[in-house]
Amino acid sequence: MTAILLSVNGRKVEGAVEPRMHLADFLRETLHLTGTHLRCEQGVCGACTLLIDGAPARSCITYAVACQEAEIKTIEGLEQDPIIERLRAAFSREHGLQCGFCTPGMLITARDIVMRLPDADERRVRVELSGNLCRCTGYAGIVRAICRVLAENRGTPLAIAPNRTRLGPAGARPPHPARDYAAAPRLLLHRIVAAKLSIFRSALRNVARRLPFSPFAKMR
Amino acid sequence: MKPAAFEYVRAGSIKEACAALREANGEARPIAGGQSLGPMLNLRLVQPRLLVDISGLQELSDFHEGDDVIRIGACITASDIEDQRIATPAVPMLAEVAAGIAYRAVRNRSTIGGSLCHADPAADWVNLLPALGASYVVTDGAKTRTVPAEMFTISAYETALQPGEILSAICIPKLSREVRWGYVKLSRKIGKFALAIGAVVFDGGRDVFRAVLGATHGKPIVVADATEIFAHQPFRGPAKIDELRIAELLEERGIAPGPARHLYLAALRRAAAEAFGS
Repeated sequence: MTAILLSVNGRKVEGAVEPRMHLADFLRETLHLTGTHLRCEQGVCGACTLLIDGAPARSCITYAVACQEAEIKTIEGLEQDPIIERLRAAFSREHGLQCGFCTPGMLITARDIVMRLPDADERRVRVELSGNLCRCTGYAGIVRAICRVLAENRGTPLAIAPNRTRLGPAGARPPHPARDYAAAPRLLLHRIVAAKLSIFRSALRNVARRLPFSPFAKMR
Repeated sequence: MKPAAFEYVRAGSIKEACAALREANGEARPIAGGQSLGPMLNLRLVQPRLLVDISGLQELSDFHEGDDVIRIGACITASDIEDQRIATPAVPMLAEVAAGIAYRAVRNRSTIGGSLCHADPAADWVNLLPALGASYVVTDGAKTRTVPAEMFTISAYETALQPGEILSAICIPKLSREVRWGYVKLSRKIGKFALAIGAVVFDGGRDVFRAVLGATHGKPIVVADATEIFAHQPFRGPAKIDELRIAELLEERGIAPGPARHLYLAALRRAAAEAFGS
């Protein structure tokens, strides 16, 4: 388990995760933020799209451990967002959703289009939407909804895209020598202790798994 | 669709990253944005024991413009280039090609170096950079060497990187304002990996005339002197392509006559048309 500290929807969250746990599972299983949906888990369908440091990203191919100190915003955190409010209204008016599975990811992408590409025409909207799959609507309603909000926003822009200045992957932070690899135990003795501890911990987890209740449920 | 268990460290420097990779004896992989490696891990096509996270290393996100070359840090993302957070007007096709890579939500984390090291034959950077005569800076933490782009990709998912080495930067020769270029990828859907890629770069001022046939089964087919495949000087009107020579080049790479070969030819023809007008 690796300790992580990040911000989710403006709230500081500390937790211990297995390195292989992707961000979407961390949000859904540990924080119970189930608005982020999971389907393909290989970065293709777009259902798990959320904001990392304000930029849309795939939470299924981003591991929670890689989001140390990053600012995550899920669909739950955008409830009061003025663009999302408009998009929500437009999506229901234009039949932009049916089963709703793709909708959280669609809304995050749609918000990015409205803010980043205020002059986008229908073709551009379709190109930008190519990373979000919908199996119900045939996209026509979604495209109409986004074009409607684009038009509304052109008169009185509610928001423009944040100007990212840091280069490199969204969410990446310079390492802290004190906490990361540089300070990791290099001595053999430390390594043996660490290995023993991890065996003990996994044994404990195995026991815990068989209990009728979940002792770690409250752990964040 | 969940990866097999792995350990994870965040490297504090390039030196540490290389040391960690070397110590792991081939069982470790560096990870930056994870947009290529993530799917491979989730599908369990790769199962490293250790991931060494290099995404936050400042020295890998540097951009430098020299007199003759620009130098792009390996951790700079496609959207950094698309949005021109690094200014690359001296190599005008970079921003446009970056904007066509996968989807915006992927581009925000997908690094140029990560894509090159993953070495998917159909990836954009893997095929564009050899057409630009780029070279890659490779380091083992102590010593640095430079590898020409066309020597870096050895075959599908295989690169010239030795154990303990990472790619730290990409050097691209600047082009003149007269440069003419075309880059075309044929995909089943916008954002998907290409079925065929054609790239043509002609810069009389810099004595550059290169072409690439990409998205082959292995490394890209680089034609360093493209007069070899163009039947006449293309800057005097529409380009005529020597189809027999193209057929030979594809044959050498095991691409049999048939629909696939037509795709490569179409991609190259359209790239030439973009460059020289049809």
